[in-house]
Amino acid sequence: MAAAHTDFWELERRNRRETAMLVVVFVALFTALGFGLDFRFGDLAIVDGSLTGFPLLTLIALGFGVFQSLLSYYGGAALVLASVQARELAPDTPQHQMVLDVVREMALAARMPVPKAYLMSDPSPNAFATGRDPNHSIVCVTQGLIDTMDREEVQGVLGHEMAHVRDYDIRTMMMIAVLVAGVAMLADFVYRSMWYTGGVGGGGGRSSGSRDDDNSGGNAGALIGILVLVLAVLAPFFAQLLAMAVSRQREYLADAASVEFTRNPRALLRALERIAQTESPLRNASRGTAHMFIVNPLQGVRDDNEGFFANLFSTHPPLGRRIERLRAMLNEAGGEAPPTIAAAAAPTARG
Amino acid sequence: MSASLVVLIIAIVIVGWAVLGYNGLVSLRNQVQNSWRQIDVQLRRRHDLIPNLVEAVKGYMQFERDTLTQVVEARAKAISAPDQGSRMAAENQITGGLGRLLAVMENYPQLKSDQNVLKLQEELTTTENQLAFSRQAYNDAVMQLNTRIESFPTNLIANNFGFKQAEYFQGAAEDQAVPKVDLSMGGRAPQPPSAPRS
Repeated sequence: MAAAHTDFWELERRNRRETAMLVVVFVALFTALGFGLDFRFGDLAIVDGSLTGFPLLTLIALGFGVFQSLLSYYGGAALVLASVQARELAPDTPQHQMVLDVVREMALAARMPVPKAYLMSDPSPNAFATGRDPNHSIVCVTQGLIDTMDREEVQGVLGHEMAHVRDYDIRTMMMIAVLVAGVAMLADFVYRSMWYTGGVGGGGGRSSGSRDDDNSGGNAGALIGILVLVLAVLAPFFAQLLAMAVSRQREYLADAASVEFTRNPRALLRALERIAQTESPLRNASRGTAHMFIVNPLQGVRDDNEGFFANLFSTHPPLGRRIERLRAMLNEAGGEAPPTIAAAAAPTARG
Repeated sequence: MSASLVVLIIAIVIVGWAVLGYNGLVSLRNQVQNSWRQIDVQLRRRHDLIPNLVEAVKGYMQFERDTLTQVVEARAKAISAPDQGSRMAAENQITGGLGRLLAVMENYPQLKSDQNVLKLQEELTTTENQLAFSRQAYNDAVMQLNTRIESFPTNLIANNFGFKQAEYFQGAAEDQAVPKVDLSMGGRAPQPPSAPRS
Protein backbone atom coordinates (compact mmCIF):
# COMPACT_ATOMS: atom_id res chain seq x y z
CA MET A 1 0.00 0.00 0.00
CA ALA A 2 2.98 2.22 0.53
CA ALA A 3 3.76 1.67 -3.13
CA ALA A 4 0.22 2.67 -4.06
CA HIS A 5 0.72 5.88 -2.14
CA THR A 6 3.83 6.75 -4.10
CA ASP A 7 1.99 5.98 -7.32
CA PHE A 8 -0.68 8.45 -6.38
CA TRP A 9 1.81 11.24 -5.70
CA GLU A 10 3.49 10.45 -8.97
CA LEU A 11 0.16 10.62 -10.82
CA GLU A 12 -0.66 13.91 -9.17
CA ARG A 13 2.73 15.38 -10.13
CA ARG A 14 2.31 14.19 -13.70
CA ASN A 15 -1.09 15.83 -13.90
CA ARG A 16 0.21 19.13 -12.57
CA ARG A 17 2.98 18.98 -15.16
CA GLU A 18 0.64 18.13 -18.00
CA THR A 19 -1.78 20.89 -17.09
CA ALA A 20 1.05 23.43 -16.98
CA MET A 21 2.31 22.21 -20.34
CA LEU A 22 -1.14 22.39 -21.82
CA VAL A 23 -1.55 26.01 -20.69
CA VAL A 24 1.90 26.98 -22.02
CA VAL A 25 1.19 25.40 -25.42
CA PHE A 26 -2.19 27.05 -25.51
CA VAL A 27 -0.87 30.54 -24.69
CA ALA A 28 2.02 30.08 -27.15
CA LEU A 29 -0.46 29.11 -29.86
CA PHE A 30 -2.48 32.24 -29.27
CA THR A 31 0.62 34.43 -29.19
CA ALA A 32 1.87 32.93 -32.47
CA LEU A 33 -1.46 33.69 -34.04
CA GLY A 34 -1.30 37.29 -32.79
CA PHE A 35 2.22 37.56 -34.13
CA GLY A 36 1.11 36.40 -37.57
CA LEU A 37 -1.82 38.79 -37.54
CA ASP A 38 0.51 41.62 -36.57
CA PHE A 39 2.45 41.05 -39.77
CA ARG A 40 -0.64 40.85 -41.84
CA PHE A 41 -2.80 43.61 -40.33
CA GLY A 42 -0.79 45.34 -37.59
CA ASP A 43 2.36 47.44 -37.68
CA LEU A 44 4.92 44.68 -37.43
CA ALA A 45 7.25 44.33 -40.42
CA ILE A 46 10.72 43.27 -41.30
CA VAL A 47 12.67 46.30 -42.52
CA ASP A 48 16.31 45.77 -43.50
CA GLY A 49 16.38 42.42 -41.74
CA SER A 50 15.22 43.68 -38.37
CA LEU A 51 11.81 43.58 -36.78
CA THR A 52 10.09 46.96 -36.48
CA GLY A 53 6.74 48.18 -35.22
CA PHE A 54 4.71 47.69 -32.04
CA PRO A 55 3.36 44.12 -31.67
CA LEU A 56 -0.08 45.24 -30.51
CA LEU A 57 -2.03 42.22 -31.75
CA THR A 58 0.61 39.85 -30.34
CA LEU A 59 0.17 41.38 -26.89
CA ILE A 60 -3.60 41.31 -27.18
CA ALA A 61 -3.46 37.66 -28.18
CA LEU A 62 -1.07 36.86 -25.33
CA GLY A 63 -3.38 38.62 -22.89
CA PHE A 64 -6.36 36.78 -24.29
CA GLY A 65 -4.55 33.45 -23.99
CA VAL A 66 -3.65 34.10 -20.36
CA PHE A 67 -7.14 35.36 -19.59
CA GLN A 68 -8.70 32.31 -21.24
CA SER A 69 -6.41 30.01 -19.22
CA LEU A 70 -7.34 31.68 -15.94
CA LEU A 71 -10.99 31.60 -16.86
CA SER A 72 -10.71 27.90 -17.69
CA TYR A 73 -8.97 27.15 -14.41
CA TYR A 74 -11.39 28.97 -12.14
CA GLY A 75 -14.58 28.77 -14.19
CA GLY A 76 -13.98 25.55 -16.12
CA ALA A 77 -16.10 23.36 -13.88
CA ALA A 78 -19.06 25.72 -14.14
CA LEU A 79 -18.66 25.85 -17.92
CA VAL A 80 -18.53 22.07 -18.19
CA LEU A 81 -21.60 21.68 -15.98
CA ALA A 82 -23.47 24.29 -18.00
CA SER A 83 -22.53 22.63 -21.28
CA VAL A 84 -23.97 19.29 -20.17
CA GLN A 85 -26.91 21.03 -18.47
CA ALA A 86 -26.34 19.52 -15.05
CA ARG A 87 -27.99 20.65 -11.84
CA GLU A 88 -27.03 20.01 -8.25
CA LEU A 89 -28.31 16.73 -6.89
CA ALA A 90 -30.84 17.24 -4.08
CA PRO A 91 -31.78 14.54 -1.57
CA ASP A 92 -35.42 14.67 -2.69
CA THR A 93 -35.91 11.02 -3.59
CA PRO A 94 -34.56 7.83 -1.98
CA GLN A 95 -32.41 7.15 -5.08
CA HIS A 96 -30.87 10.61 -4.99
CA GLN A 97 -30.19 10.20 -1.27
CA MET A 98 -28.50 6.89 -2.04
CA VAL A 99 -26.22 8.49 -4.64
CA LEU A 100 -25.30 11.30 -2.24
CA ASP A 101 -24.54 8.72 0.46
CA VAL A 102 -22.36 6.67 -1.87
CA VAL A 103 -20.45 9.83 -2.85
CA ARG A 104 -19.64 10.31 0.85
CA GLU A 105 -18.67 6.67 1.22
CA MET A 106 -16.24 6.79 -1.67
CA ALA A 107 -14.78 10.10 -0.52
CA LEU A 108 -14.06 8.47 2.85
CA ALA A 109 -12.50 5.45 1.17
CA ALA A 110 -10.28 7.71 -0.93
CA ARG A 111 -9.48 9.97 2.05
CA MET A 112 -10.60 12.97 0.01
CA PRO A 113 -13.02 15.84 0.69
CA VAL A 114 -16.61 15.09 -0.31
CA PRO A 115 -17.28 16.37 -3.86
CA LYS A 116 -20.46 18.17 -4.81
CA ALA A 117 -22.85 15.89 -6.66
CA TYR A 118 -24.62 16.93 -9.87
CA LEU A 119 -27.25 15.31 -12.02
CA MET A 120 -27.70 15.26 -15.80
CA SER A 121 -31.20 14.39 -16.89
CA ASP A 122 -30.19 11.86 -19.52
CA PRO A 123 -31.44 8.28 -19.82
CA SER A 124 -28.03 6.91 -20.81
CA PRO A 125 -26.05 5.64 -17.77
CA ASN A 126 -22.81 7.59 -17.47
CA ALA A 127 -20.82 9.77 -15.05
CA PHE A 128 -17.89 12.15 -14.89
CA ALA A 129 -15.89 14.16 -12.38
CA THR A 130 -14.48 17.64 -12.78
CA GLY A 131 -13.06 20.58 -10.85
CA ARG A 132 -9.70 22.25 -10.37
CA ASP A 133 -8.61 20.30 -7.25
CA PRO A 134 -10.05 17.86 -4.70
CA ASN A 135 -11.34 20.74 -2.57
CA HIS A 136 -13.36 22.04 -5.52
CA SER A 137 -14.36 18.73 -7.02
CA ILE A 138 -17.64 17.77 -8.59
CA VAL A 139 -19.06 14.42 -9.58
CA CYS A 140 -21.91 14.26 -12.04
CA VAL A 141 -24.12 11.26 -12.78
CA THR A 142 -26.93 10.82 -15.30
CA GLN A 143 -30.53 10.05 -14.44
CA GLY A 144 -30.03 6.86 -16.46
CA LEU A 145 -27.29 5.75 -14.09
CA ILE A 146 -29.47 6.35 -11.06
CA ASP A 147 -32.40 4.53 -12.65
CA THR A 148 -30.54 1.44 -13.82
CA MET A 149 -27.79 0.81 -11.27
CA ASP A 150 -27.95 -0.69 -7.82
CA ARG A 151 -25.92 0.48 -4.86
CA GLU A 152 -22.96 -1.77 -5.54
CA GLU A 153 -22.66 -0.61 -9.14
CA VAL A 154 -22.99 3.06 -8.19
CA GLN A 155 -20.17 2.48 -5.68
CA GLY A 156 -17.95 1.11 -8.43
CA VAL A 157 -18.67 4.05 -10.73
CA LEU A 158 -18.20 6.71 -8.04
CA GLY A 159 -15.04 4.96 -6.82
CA HIS A 160 -13.71 5.39 -10.36
CA GLU A 161 -14.66 9.08 -10.30
CA MET A 162 -13.07 9.58 -6.85
CA ALA A 163 -9.84 8.16 -8.29
CA HIS A 164 -9.91 10.87 -10.97
CA VAL A 165 -10.41 13.42 -8.17
CA ARG A 166 -7.56 12.07 -6.03
CA ASP A 167 -5.08 11.85 -8.91
CA TYR A 168 -5.86 15.39 -10.17
CA ASP A 169 -7.10 13.93 -13.46
CA ILE A 170 -10.09 16.20 -13.07
CA ARG A 171 -7.95 19.30 -13.44
CA THR A 172 -6.16 18.11 -16.56
CA MET A 173 -9.35 16.81 -18.11
CA MET A 174 -11.24 20.01 -17.35
CA MET A 175 -8.52 22.22 -18.83
CA ILE A 176 -8.42 20.03 -21.91
CA ALA A 177 -12.19 20.24 -22.26
CA VAL A 178 -12.29 24.02 -21.98
CA LEU A 179 -9.08 24.81 -23.86
CA VAL A 180 -9.79 22.38 -26.68
CA ALA A 181 -12.99 24.29 -27.17
CA GLY A 182 -10.83 27.44 -27.21
CA VAL A 183 -8.50 26.01 -29.83
CA ALA A 184 -11.44 24.98 -31.98
CA MET A 185 -12.74 28.53 -31.69
CA LEU A 186 -9.37 29.90 -32.72
CA ALA A 187 -9.20 27.64 -35.77
CA ASP A 188 -12.69 28.70 -36.69
CA PHE A 189 -11.68 32.34 -36.42
CA VAL A 190 -8.69 31.86 -38.71
CA TYR A 191 -10.77 30.01 -41.30
CA ARG A 192 -13.31 32.78 -41.30
CA SER A 193 -10.83 35.66 -41.49
CA MET A 194 -9.14 33.80 -44.34
CA TRP A 195 -12.47 33.51 -46.07
CA TYR A 196 -13.28 37.21 -45.74
CA THR A 197 -9.88 38.49 -46.90
CA GLY A 198 -9.71 36.09 -49.81
CA GLY A 199 -7.11 33.71 -48.43
CA VAL A 200 -4.20 34.51 -46.17
CA GLY A 201 -1.64 32.19 -47.65
CA GLY A 202 -3.31 31.66 -51.00
CA GLY A 203 -0.97 33.40 -53.44
CA GLY A 204 2.70 33.84 -52.50
CA GLY A 205 3.49 37.55 -52.84
CA ARG A 206 -0.06 38.75 -53.30
CA SER A 207 -1.35 41.07 -50.68
CA SER A 208 -4.74 42.55 -50.19
CA GLY A 209 -5.70 45.78 -48.50
CA SER A 210 -3.55 47.12 -45.74
CA ARG A 211 0.00 46.08 -46.50
CA ASP A 212 0.60 46.58 -50.22
CA ASP A 213 3.25 49.25 -49.65
CA ASP A 214 6.05 47.01 -48.40
CA ASN A 215 6.88 44.12 -50.66
CA SER A 216 9.38 42.23 -48.50
CA GLY A 217 7.22 42.65 -45.42
CA GLY A 218 4.29 41.39 -47.45
CA ASN A 219 6.23 38.27 -48.42
CA ALA A 220 7.32 37.58 -44.86
CA GLY A 221 3.78 38.31 -43.74
CA ALA A 222 2.42 35.83 -46.24
CA LEU A 223 4.93 33.22 -45.10
CA ILE A 224 3.97 33.69 -41.47
CA GLY A 225 0.35 33.71 -42.58
CA ILE A 226 0.88 30.25 -44.04
CA LEU A 227 2.52 29.09 -40.83
CA VAL A 228 -0.38 30.41 -38.80
CA LEU A 229 -2.80 28.70 -41.10
CA VAL A 230 -0.99 25.37 -40.85
CA LEU A 231 -0.87 25.79 -37.10
CA ALA A 232 -4.54 26.60 -36.96
CA VAL A 233 -5.45 23.61 -39.09
CA LEU A 234 -3.30 21.24 -37.09
CA ALA A 235 -4.07 22.67 -33.65
CA PRO A 236 -7.46 21.07 -33.10
CA PHE A 237 -6.10 17.81 -34.42
CA PHE A 238 -3.21 17.85 -31.97
CA ALA A 239 -5.44 19.02 -29.16
CA GLN A 240 -7.73 16.09 -29.86
CA LEU A 241 -4.84 13.65 -30.00
CA LEU A 242 -3.59 15.01 -26.69
CA ALA A 243 -6.98 14.58 -25.10
CA MET A 244 -7.09 11.00 -26.28
CA ALA A 245 -3.53 10.09 -25.38
CA VAL A 246 -3.84 11.33 -21.84
CA SER A 247 -7.16 9.82 -21.00
CA ARG A 248 -6.92 6.16 -21.99
CA GLN A 249 -4.27 5.16 -19.46
CA ARG A 250 -6.11 7.22 -16.86
CA GLU A 251 -9.23 5.10 -17.28
CA TYR A 252 -7.37 1.87 -16.52
CA LEU A 253 -5.71 3.46 -13.49
CA ALA A 254 -9.00 4.85 -12.21
CA ASP A 255 -10.63 1.42 -12.66
CA ALA A 256 -7.87 -0.11 -10.55
CA ALA A 257 -8.18 2.61 -7.91
CA SER A 258 -11.95 2.11 -7.77
CA VAL A 259 -11.29 -1.50 -6.82
CA GLU A 260 -8.75 -0.31 -4.25
CA PHE A 261 -11.46 1.87 -2.65
CA THR A 262 -14.36 -0.57 -2.78
CA ARG A 263 -12.17 -3.67 -2.20
CA ASN A 264 -14.67 -5.25 -4.54
CA PRO A 265 -13.82 -5.72 -8.24
CA ARG A 266 -17.37 -6.88 -8.88
CA ALA A 267 -18.84 -3.41 -8.23
CA LEU A 268 -17.25 -1.68 -11.22
CA LEU A 269 -17.31 -4.84 -13.29
CA ARG A 270 -21.08 -5.07 -13.00
CA ALA A 271 -21.46 -1.34 -13.66
CA LEU A 272 -19.38 -1.43 -16.84
CA GLU A 273 -21.21 -4.51 -18.06
CA ARG A 274 -24.48 -2.74 -17.50
CA ILE A 275 -23.25 0.26 -19.47
CA ALA A 276 -22.03 -2.06 -22.24
CA GLN A 277 -25.59 -3.27 -22.61
CA THR A 278 -26.99 0.18 -23.27
CA GLU A 279 -26.45 1.66 -26.67
CA SER A 280 -27.99 5.10 -26.36
CA PRO A 281 -25.54 7.99 -26.63
CA LEU A 282 -25.67 11.02 -24.39
CA ARG A 283 -27.52 14.00 -25.82
CA ASN A 284 -25.48 16.74 -24.19
CA ALA A 285 -21.98 15.33 -24.51
CA SER A 286 -19.81 16.82 -27.21
CA ARG A 287 -16.35 16.06 -28.57
CA GLY A 288 -15.09 18.67 -26.12
CA THR A 289 -16.36 16.84 -23.04
CA ALA A 290 -16.42 13.20 -24.20
CA HIS A 291 -13.07 12.33 -22.62
CA MET A 292 -14.35 13.22 -19.15
CA PHE A 293 -16.98 10.51 -18.88
CA ILE A 294 -16.44 7.07 -17.36
CA VAL A 295 -17.47 5.51 -20.66
CA ASN A 296 -17.34 7.29 -23.99
CA PRO A 297 -20.74 8.98 -24.34
CA LEU A 298 -20.64 9.44 -28.12
CA GLN A 299 -22.31 6.93 -30.35
CA GLY A 300 -20.18 5.23 -32.95
CA VAL A 301 -16.97 6.13 -31.16
CA ARG A 302 -17.39 3.40 -28.64
CA ASP A 303 -15.91 0.31 -30.23
CA ASP A 304 -13.63 -2.51 -29.32
CA ASN A 305 -11.11 -2.23 -32.08
CA GLU A 306 -7.60 -2.44 -30.73
CA GLY A 307 -5.68 -1.52 -33.89
CA PHE A 308 -3.13 1.27 -34.00
CA PHE A 309 -5.53 3.83 -35.41
CA ALA A 310 -8.34 2.76 -33.14
CA ASN A 311 -6.00 3.33 -30.20
CA LEU A 312 -4.82 6.65 -31.54
CA PHE A 313 -8.25 8.09 -32.06
CA SER A 314 -10.29 6.90 -29.12
CA THR A 315 -10.51 8.71 -25.79
CA HIS A 316 -11.35 5.57 -23.85
CA PRO A 317 -9.93 2.08 -23.75
CA PRO A 318 -12.33 -0.43 -25.25
CA LEU A 319 -15.03 -1.30 -22.74
CA GLY A 320 -14.43 -5.01 -23.39
CA ARG A 321 -10.78 -4.66 -22.45
CA ARG A 322 -11.62 -2.85 -19.22
CA ILE A 323 -14.16 -5.50 -18.31
CA GLU A 324 -11.53 -8.19 -18.98
CA ARG A 325 -9.07 -6.52 -16.63
CA LEU A 326 -11.64 -6.23 -13.85
CA ARG A 327 -12.59 -9.85 -14.37
CA ALA A 328 -8.93 -10.77 -13.93
CA MET A 329 -8.81 -8.81 -10.66
CA LEU A 330 -11.94 -10.59 -9.51
CA ASN A 331 -10.41 -13.97 -10.23
CA GLU A 332 -7.28 -12.97 -8.37
CA ALA A 333 -9.42 -11.99 -5.40
CA GLY A 334 -11.05 -15.41 -5.55
CA GLY A 335 -14.54 -14.06 -6.14
CA GLU A 336 -17.03 -15.46 -8.57
CA ALA A 337 -17.93 -13.49 -11.63
CA PRO A 338 -21.58 -12.60 -12.03
CA PRO A 339 -22.58 -15.02 -14.77
CA THR A 340 -25.80 -13.62 -16.17
CA ILE A 341 -24.74 -10.12 -17.09
CA ALA A 342 -21.33 -11.36 -18.19
CA ALA A 343 -22.81 -13.75 -20.73
CA ALA A 344 -24.89 -10.97 -22.19
CA ALA A 345 -22.07 -8.44 -22.25
CA ALA A 346 -19.56 -10.36 -24.31
CA PRO A 347 -21.44 -10.13 -27.62
CA THR A 348 -22.26 -6.44 -27.10
CA ALA A 349 -18.58 -5.66 -27.39
CA ARG A 350 -18.88 -3.38 -30.35
CA GLY A 351 -20.24 0.03 -31.26
CA MET B 1 36.98 28.84 1.05
CA SER B 2 35.60 26.12 -1.18
CA ALA B 3 35.78 23.47 1.53
CA SER B 4 33.52 25.45 3.83
CA LEU B 5 31.19 26.08 0.91
CA VAL B 6 30.90 22.34 0.35
CA VAL B 7 30.21 21.81 4.04
CA LEU B 8 27.58 24.54 3.93
CA ILE B 9 25.85 22.98 0.91
CA ILE B 10 25.84 19.56 2.55
CA ALA B 11 24.41 21.08 5.73
CA ILE B 12 21.65 22.82 3.76
CA VAL B 13 20.78 19.61 1.92
CA ILE B 14 20.61 17.64 5.18
CA VAL B 15 18.47 20.25 6.90
CA GLY B 16 16.20 20.51 3.85
CA TRP B 17 15.79 16.74 3.77
CA ALA B 18 15.05 16.64 7.51
CA VAL B 19 12.39 19.34 7.13
CA LEU B 20 10.70 17.49 4.28
CA GLY B 21 10.86 14.19 6.13
CA TYR B 22 9.47 15.74 9.31
CA ASN B 23 6.62 17.45 7.48
CA GLY B 24 5.78 14.23 5.68
CA LEU B 25 5.51 12.43 9.02
CA VAL B 26 3.33 15.17 10.49
CA SER B 27 1.03 15.04 7.48
CA LEU B 28 0.67 11.26 7.77
CA ARG B 29 0.07 11.47 11.52
CA ASN B 30 -2.68 14.03 10.90
CA GLN B 31 -4.22 11.76 8.31
CA VAL B 32 -4.26 8.93 10.84
CA GLN B 33 -5.88 11.18 13.45
CA ASN B 34 -8.41 12.52 10.99
CA SER B 35 -9.33 9.02 9.82
CA TRP B 36 -9.81 8.01 13.44
CA ARG B 37 -12.17 10.95 13.99
CA GLN B 38 -14.16 9.85 10.94
CA ILE B 39 -14.62 6.42 12.51
CA ASP B 40 -15.76 8.05 15.74
CA VAL B 41 -18.28 10.24 13.88
CA GLN B 42 -19.82 7.18 12.24
CA LEU B 43 -19.99 5.25 15.51
CA ARG B 44 -21.84 8.11 17.19
CA ARG B 45 -24.18 8.50 14.25
CA ARG B 46 -24.96 4.81 14.49
CA HIS B 47 -25.74 5.14 18.19
CA ASP B 48 -28.24 7.88 17.34
CA LEU B 49 -29.88 5.84 14.62
CA ILE B 50 -30.43 2.61 16.51
CA PRO B 51 -33.30 3.73 18.80
CA ASN B 52 -35.19 5.20 15.83
CA LEU B 53 -34.74 2.08 13.76
CA VAL B 54 -35.78 -0.24 16.56
CA GLU B 55 -38.83 1.92 17.22
CA ALA B 56 -39.77 1.88 13.53
CA VAL B 57 -39.43 -1.85 12.91
CA LYS B 58 -40.47 -3.47 16.17
CA GLY B 59 -44.13 -3.36 15.24
CA TYR B 60 -43.44 -5.41 12.11
CA MET B 61 -40.86 -7.78 13.49
CA GLN B 62 -42.29 -9.43 16.61
CA PHE B 63 -40.39 -12.61 15.80
CA GLU B 64 -37.00 -10.92 15.78
CA ARG B 65 -37.11 -9.63 19.36
CA ASP B 66 -33.77 -11.28 20.13
CA THR B 67 -31.93 -9.52 17.30
CA LEU B 68 -33.41 -6.19 18.29
CA THR B 69 -32.61 -6.56 22.00
CA GLN B 70 -29.08 -7.65 21.18
CA VAL B 71 -28.44 -4.47 19.19
CA VAL B 72 -29.99 -2.25 21.83
CA GLU B 73 -27.99 -3.88 24.63
CA ALA B 74 -24.74 -3.69 22.70
CA ARG B 75 -25.40 0.00 22.10
CA ALA B 76 -25.95 0.60 25.81
CA LYS B 77 -22.72 -1.23 26.57
CA ALA B 78 -20.79 0.80 23.99
CA ILE B 79 -22.05 4.09 25.38
CA SER B 80 -21.24 3.25 29.01
CA ALA B 81 -17.96 1.47 28.23
CA PRO B 82 -15.23 2.44 30.71
CA ASP B 83 -12.32 2.04 28.29
CA GLN B 84 -11.50 1.92 24.61
CA GLY B 85 -11.08 -1.86 24.50
CA SER B 86 -14.51 -2.76 25.85
CA ARG B 87 -16.11 0.01 23.81
CA MET B 88 -14.71 -1.46 20.60
CA ALA B 89 -15.84 -4.93 21.59
CA ALA B 90 -19.38 -3.57 22.06
CA GLU B 91 -19.19 -1.66 18.77
CA ASN B 92 -18.22 -4.87 17.01
CA GLN B 93 -21.27 -6.54 18.54
CA ILE B 94 -23.43 -3.74 17.16
CA THR B 95 -21.95 -4.21 13.71
CA GLY B 96 -22.71 -7.92 13.84
CA GLY B 97 -26.21 -7.39 15.23
CA LEU B 98 -27.11 -4.71 12.69
CA GLY B 99 -25.83 -6.90 9.86
CA ARG B 100 -28.19 -9.66 10.96
CA LEU B 101 -31.03 -7.18 11.51
CA LEU B 102 -30.66 -5.69 8.03
CA ALA B 103 -30.53 -9.20 6.58
CA VAL B 104 -33.69 -10.42 8.32
CA MET B 105 -35.49 -7.22 7.39
CA GLU B 106 -35.47 -8.61 3.86
CA ASN B 107 -37.97 -11.22 5.05
CA TYR B 108 -40.55 -8.56 5.89
CA PRO B 109 -41.93 -7.15 2.65
CA GLN B 110 -44.25 -4.84 4.62
CA LEU B 111 -41.17 -2.86 5.66
CA LYS B 112 -40.57 -1.95 2.04
CA SER B 113 -43.73 0.12 1.94
CA ASP B 114 -42.90 2.10 5.07
CA GLN B 115 -41.20 5.31 3.92
CA ASN B 116 -39.82 5.99 7.37
CA VAL B 117 -38.24 2.54 7.59
CA LEU B 118 -36.78 2.83 4.10
CA LYS B 119 -35.23 6.16 5.00
CA LEU B 120 -33.74 4.77 8.19
CA GLN B 121 -32.58 1.70 6.35
CA GLU B 122 -30.68 3.81 3.81
CA GLU B 123 -29.20 5.92 6.59
CA LEU B 124 -28.08 2.86 8.48
CA THR B 125 -26.72 1.23 5.35
CA THR B 126 -24.59 4.23 4.48
CA THR B 127 -23.45 4.62 8.09
CA GLU B 128 -22.29 1.02 8.13
CA ASN B 129 -20.54 1.49 4.79
CA GLN B 130 -18.96 4.77 5.84
CA LEU B 131 -17.77 3.06 8.99
CA ALA B 132 -16.23 0.25 6.97
CA PHE B 133 -14.59 2.67 4.52
CA SER B 134 -13.33 4.94 7.31
CA ARG B 135 -11.79 1.94 9.00
CA GLN B 136 -10.21 0.87 5.75
CA ALA B 137 -8.87 4.41 5.20
CA TYR B 138 -7.64 4.54 8.81
CA ASN B 139 -5.77 1.27 8.46
CA ASP B 140 -4.25 2.38 5.15
CA ALA B 141 -3.10 5.62 6.80
CA VAL B 142 -1.67 3.69 9.76
CA MET B 143 0.22 1.40 7.43
CA GLN B 144 1.71 4.36 5.58
CA LEU B 145 2.72 6.11 8.80
CA ASN B 146 4.22 2.97 10.34
CA THR B 147 6.12 2.11 7.17
CA ARG B 148 7.53 5.60 7.07
CA ILE B 149 8.49 5.52 10.75
CA GLU B 150 10.25 2.18 10.32
CA SER B 151 12.06 2.76 7.06
CA PHE B 152 15.50 4.22 6.74
CA PRO B 153 16.34 7.08 6.71
CA THR B 154 13.05 8.58 7.89
CA ASN B 155 13.28 6.45 11.06
CA LEU B 156 16.11 8.75 12.24
CA ILE B 157 13.76 11.74 12.18
CA ALA B 158 10.87 9.75 13.62
CA ASN B 159 12.97 8.54 16.57
CA ASN B 160 14.38 11.97 17.30
CA PHE B 161 11.03 13.70 17.31
CA GLY B 162 9.08 11.01 19.08
CA PHE B 163 6.76 9.79 16.30
CA LYS B 164 4.94 6.71 17.60
CA GLN B 165 3.64 3.91 15.45
CA ALA B 166 -0.15 3.94 15.30
CA GLU B 167 -2.29 0.94 16.07
CA TYR B 168 -4.44 -0.80 13.48
CA PHE B 169 -8.17 -0.95 13.97
CA GLN B 170 -9.02 -4.60 14.32
CA GLY B 171 -12.57 -5.80 14.15
CA ALA B 172 -13.67 -8.93 15.97
CA ALA B 173 -13.31 -12.17 14.06
CA GLU B 174 -17.08 -12.32 13.73
CA ASP B 175 -17.12 -8.77 12.46
CA GLN B 176 -14.73 -9.64 9.66
CA ALA B 177 -17.31 -12.02 8.25
CA VAL B 178 -19.94 -9.33 7.92
CA PRO B 179 -19.85 -7.86 4.44
CA LYS B 180 -20.28 -4.22 3.65
CA VAL B 181 -24.01 -3.82 3.69
CA ASP B 182 -25.69 -3.91 0.34
CA LEU B 183 -29.43 -4.19 0.64
CA SER B 184 -30.16 -4.28 -3.04
CA MET B 185 -28.02 -7.38 -3.37
CA GLY B 186 -29.42 -9.05 -0.28
CA GLY B 187 -26.09 -9.95 1.30
CA ARG B 188 -23.13 -11.08 -0.74
CA ALA B 189 -19.93 -12.84 0.12
CA PRO B 190 -17.21 -10.58 1.48
CA GLN B 191 -14.33 -9.87 -0.82
CA PRO B 192 -10.85 -10.38 0.54
CA PRO B 193 -9.13 -7.01 0.66
CA SER B 194 -6.79 -7.47 -2.23
CA ALA B 195 -5.46 -4.32 -3.75
CA PRO B 196 -4.63 -5.09 -7.33
CA ARG B 197 -2.92 -1.96 -8.50
CA SER B 198 -0.93 -1.77 -11.62
